[in-house]
Amino acid sequence: MNSGPALVSILRQGDTLVASVHTALDDSQMVRFQEDLVRQIGDHRARGVIIDVAALDVIDSFAARTLRALAEMARLRGAVTVIVGIQPDVAMSMVRLGMGMGAVATALDLEEGLGYLADLTSVPREGLRP
Amino acid sequence: MTDDRTDMLSGQEELARDHLLPQLVAHLREHRARLRDEWAGRIREAHLLEAMTPREMVAETTSVYDNYVEVLETGSVEALQHYARDLSERIIPRGVETHEVVGIVLLLRDVLARSLFEKYQRDFGLLNEVLDAYEPAANRIANTVAVSFVEERERVIRQQQDAIKELSTPVLPVRERLLILPIIGVLDSERARQLTEQLLNGIRTHRAKVVVIDITGAPDVDQTVANHLVQTVDASRLMGASVIITGLSPTIAQTLVTIGVDLGKMNTIGDLQGGLEEAERLLGYRVTRTGVSDAS
Repeated sequence: MNSGPALVSILRQGDTLVASVHTALDDSQMVRFQEDLVRQIGDHRARGVIIDVAALDVIDSFAARTLRALAEMARLRGAVTVIVGIQPDVAMSMVRLGMGMGAVATALDLEEGLGYLADLTSVPREGLRP
Repeated sequence: MTDDRTDMLSGQEELARDHLLPQLVAHLREHRARLRDEWAGRIREAHLLEAMTPREMVAETTSVYDNYVEVLETGSVEALQHYARDLSERIIPRGVETHEVVGIVLLLRDVLARSLFEKYQRDFGLLNEVLDAYEPAANRIANTVAVSFVEERERVIRQQQDAIKELSTPVLPVRERLLILPIIGVLDSERARQLTEQLLNGIRTHRAKVVVIDITGAPDVDQTVANHLVQTVDASRLMGASVIITGLSPTIAQTLVTIGVDLGKMNTIGDLQGGLEEAERLLGYRVTRTGVSDAS
């Protein structure tokens, strides 16, 4: 199962977990990813989760549902989830097929996602915002 | 079988053309002024080409007539095609319709045919042969003129469509991370798709966080367009940008509520100014006057 390059990498940065999906996942891989991530939120006592899907050129309805479920599970475990890097074409086809991200936060890319979490968790400092 | 018949026919035509067309052309040249005036009279009676002044009518009817006779003489429609295209270019902007152009050419055909009846009325057999030579050529001329006119019109329409497409959806950065998308003109499905695509690419290029879509310039919003707007807003949100819609006119607001489009999730603000102020607030800008004004 674990042969070949990693499909997903989960890195810890402070109290944030950054999960990058490198390639399209099939349904069972998606479920495994979900389990891994939810477990690691507890292990690392993470407060924020960023899922970077920039490498995906397709997000099907199962993937979208799993991501939404993941965000909800993370919330129950005490972490805020941000989905980042949805490409224009992907966004368009998701919307046209009637699948959204529900109440899950989304951001343009990793940097924006980190900024969003920083705004949520820290007291705004002078000069942080334009 | 069919081929044989076509060959025979065209052979007959050729024979007729060789013998009779020069005679025919000479006749039409000889009575040029009279036939042209008769034709112009018929055009006036039929109320065609009323967009033209009498002087233009004389000029155009003369050149159409001469071209017509020339085609009968040479059998080559190339020059006529060129002239018809040129003529269409001049008269299309003045609102001349297809039926008028086809109408005047058919009138000329009839006027000339009548003159042939008159000339050859004594000899029925000869008249038949003359008509054999005349009819295919005349029909080909009518065909050529009509096709050239329609082609020219389609070319103009295509050109205008392209122009509209290019003009229609500018995505304008107004501040760092703030885009405006003014929608002007009718929004159909194709344009809405294109617009969304441009907006999403604009969001990525400019790293926008807020987008103001201003629909002051859109004349009407129906169910389809409203759904497109909702999709655009959702797709932008997936890319991390929030959308503010401005410029919903009272009529549009009424329509949307009446047809029951759910715009509850959409952030709408009355006018573009208000939208920009809200966008600046979302981005954390505060605009203050410096107290020094060049305008006063």
